Amino acid sequence: MDVSQYLDVFIDETNEHLQNLNEHILVLEKEPENEDTVNEIFRAAHSLKGMAGTMGFKRMQRLTHDMENVFSEIRNGKMKVTSDLIDVVFQCLDAIQSYLDEIRETSNEGTEDNEPIIKRLNELIEIEKNGGSAPAPASEGEAASKEDEASAKDKKYMQIPLTDEDKRKMLEAKEGGMNIFGFTVKINETCILKAARAFLVFKAVEDFGTILASNPTSQDIEDEKLDFEFSMIVISAEPMEKIVESAKGISEIEDVSGESLSPESFDKKEEAAPAPAEEAAPAAPAPAPAAPAPAPAKKAAAPAAAKKPAASKTSKPVANRTVRVDIEKLDDLMNQVSELIIAKNSLVAISQSDDNSAQAQGVREQIEYLERITTNLHESVMKVRMVPIESVVNRFPRMIRDLSKKLDKKMELTMSGEDTELDRTVIDEIGDPLMHLLRNSADHGLESKEARKASGKPETGSIYLNAFQEGNNVIIEVGDDGNGIDVEGVKTKAIERGVITEEQAATMESKDIVDLLFLPSFSMAKKITDISGRGVGLDVVKSKIEALSGEVEVKTELGRGSKFIIRLPLTLAIIQALMVEIGTEKYAISLGSIQTIEDISVDDIKYVQAKEVIHIRGTVIPIIRMHDILDIESTNEDPTNLTVVIVNKGEKQAGLIIDNLIGQQEIVIKSLGKYIENNNKVISGATILGDGEVALILDVNPLI
Amino acid sequence: MARNEIVANDSKQYIVVRIDNERYGIDITFVDNIVRMQKITRVPKAQPYFKGVINLRGEVVPVMSMRLRMEQPDDVYTGASRIIIVKMEAAASCGLTVDEVIGVVVLENSEIDRMNNSKDDKQMFINGIGKHEGQLISLLDLNKLIGEIEPE
Repeated sequence: MDVSQYLDVFIDETNEHLQNLNEHILVLEKEPENEDTVNEIFRAAHSLKGMAGTMGFKRMQRLTHDMENVFSEIRNGKMKVTSDLIDVVFQCLDAIQSYLDEIRETSNEGTEDNEPIIKRLNELIEIEKNGGSAPAPASEGEAASKEDEASAKDKKYMQIPLTDEDKRKMLEAKEGGMNIFGFTVKINETCILKAARAFLVFKAVEDFGTILASNPTSQDIEDEKLDFEFSMIVISAEPMEKIVESAKGISEIEDVSGESLSPESFDKKEEAAPAPAEEAAPAAPAPAPAAPAPAPAKKAAAPAAAKKPAASKTSKPVANRTVRVDIEKLDDLMNQVSELIIAKNSLVAISQSDDNSAQAQGVREQIEYLERITTNLHESVMKVRMVPIESVVNRFPRMIRDLSKKLDKKMELTMSGEDTELDRTVIDEIGDPLMHLLRNSADHGLESKEARKASGKPETGSIYLNAFQEGNNVIIEVGDDGNGIDVEGVKTKAIERGVITEEQAATMESKDIVDLLFLPSFSMAKKITDISGRGVGLDVVKSKIEALSGEVEVKTELGRGSKFIIRLPLTLAIIQALMVEIGTEKYAISLGSIQTIEDISVDDIKYVQAKEVIHIRGTVIPIIRMHDILDIESTNEDPTNLTVVIVNKGEKQAGLIIDNLIGQQEIVIKSLGKYIENNNKVISGATILGDGEVALILDVNPLI
Repeated sequence: MARNEIVANDSKQYIVVRIDNERYGIDITFVDNIVRMQKITRVPKAQPYFKGVINLRGEVVPVMSMRLRMEQPDDVYTGASRIIIVKMEAAASCGLTVDEVIGVVVLENSEIDRMNNSKDDKQMFINGIGKHEGQLISLLDLNKLIGEIEPE
């Protein structure tokens, strides 16, 4: 059965279930008695298992199966939630995640069996069942129960009608040193595609040898004429365990039991059923894979491993980048497109009419209408692309928990504004920088337990992540209540490293010194841990965020903690902009960064530290003459009256002197391409105006 | 023009352009388009040899002055001036201003004298000289001209 077409869905849903599990297990750790949570976890684990099975990812299925068992015990009240258990379960989730990553890359689950985790899971169940005694007896019991089952099964393969030809083949095989096995395969009773499963078993077995005969016949099986059980006789050079193992690996196959046969036994098949002693032998390997039995499992993995590298080379990353869209948003979109078509039709109708004055009037009306539709359309498309940052940040509580254990610090993560939406492209990129900042806070930001106590702070350190929208930007703040950044320390280090000279350091403001942390390979960690401190830190964060046309800024207070503020543009492709004229050139300034537009007289310009400033409504704002920045001759005929666009970046403001205002416009941002260089970064891109001319977009942020 | 259609393996087609008094050949495989001179929007603080950007069917494409790139006097646009749009890789076009486009020629390998420039010879953007019907055509090395623009 080809399931590759469901792979995208599988990856998406598995991710969701994993996230769900992560969240609920965190809750469970805090409230071990919460029944709803346990049920939720059990459901998610169960779905995971089912999905992995359907897709044929055997290793993943096995792991999830054992995990589900654990939760099943918990749900039935037979097990208590311990911190030990939570640890194992988290390990288990990580293992599933790595299966998933592998699948995403190669559409293959890889070859990692995760035996230790499976073993731990099973041990947990055993320990609980036996009230703390060793796990061995239980597996014996399990084996015994399976034995009973097997003997009850009545060895169906003995009843396969054999032709003389088949018997002759068996004899030949025996003489040729081959083994002859009889197998009974039991299919899970909930299985819908019995024939398909049986077919998979046939295929798996055929990898090892030839199938001499089966009951029902392969034709009947193909026609779905079978119960939940079928049997076959196989000639193979391989040991029986291997075949059993491989057949068992197929999903929804409940049990496979086999026995080594001799041709003679068929002649005697009218005789009494084989003695129970004989029966036990073939049954023994059956339970083996269920209990931790590394040997056969690994053997089975070996040939698979040999095949896989070749396969993974050819297969490319399979997952497409997808966005889940609320159907309502799509309906909106569809409505607007319909309106667009209506508007187009009216324009066509108007162009065909003869009445000139009516034509002009109609065109004007329709253009207004079109304008409204396109604006709405843009908004809707943008909304479709928007994803709440929840999808990124929801894995952080788990990460902080792990860090807390690893670092032996008590810490708590509080998040707010998870529903803040960002463009999908931004969401994809923002995860790593945020994770990095959080790790930084956990590792360097928060002090050790003792130090916190000594400075009179609560023992549990708090880390926070707040997201919110501010104008056309989304702000994400990541911070902690730790010790803050030691400005003097950074200064000394920077001088030591030769990043700045001592003279420079003396004149630098503490804010500028803190910014040094964003320089490449500038790590403040006194010792390198595997959590952070390798010096590939904040500079990567910064460059990543700048690549998204965002910014990052730090605020810190020694002894009180530090805060990183990330500012990201809401949308990337289309913005509302103010068109201005500077000299004869047209420039666009993003409306999001504009506060007000002022007409001032030259006399209003005052000087502070030899820099031009204006004083408006109680604030002193530095002014920037755009002509100087952009090397343009001013065309302003009346130099006593100036037009100033007040822009802001966070709390900082600046006034840009321009020549003329053109008006507000919706513009599409285009890149300038890779060749042209942009020395002072004031040009963030270009846009094409209605008349086909190119206008440049001013990025005011570097100016402030 | 009939012979242009016969392109053997050991020959290449070049667009021949005039800059000042010299003829230059541009490998036709990299030429995306040739457009008339149009309004070029200046980009402040860019490299001096970049004239700015133009709108090419809705895309913004940077335009470089061949004259300024080769440290010759600035362009004087005439009716014959053209912008050659070259595309070295997907999604990265660049325009080159030239004084005139003369035509297309096919140069056999035997008609080309290859030149190897030393690495630091930055002003040499030519990797060969083609001889065609008594004319010399300097063959432009687009990789050097465009590919090696280093951010300063």
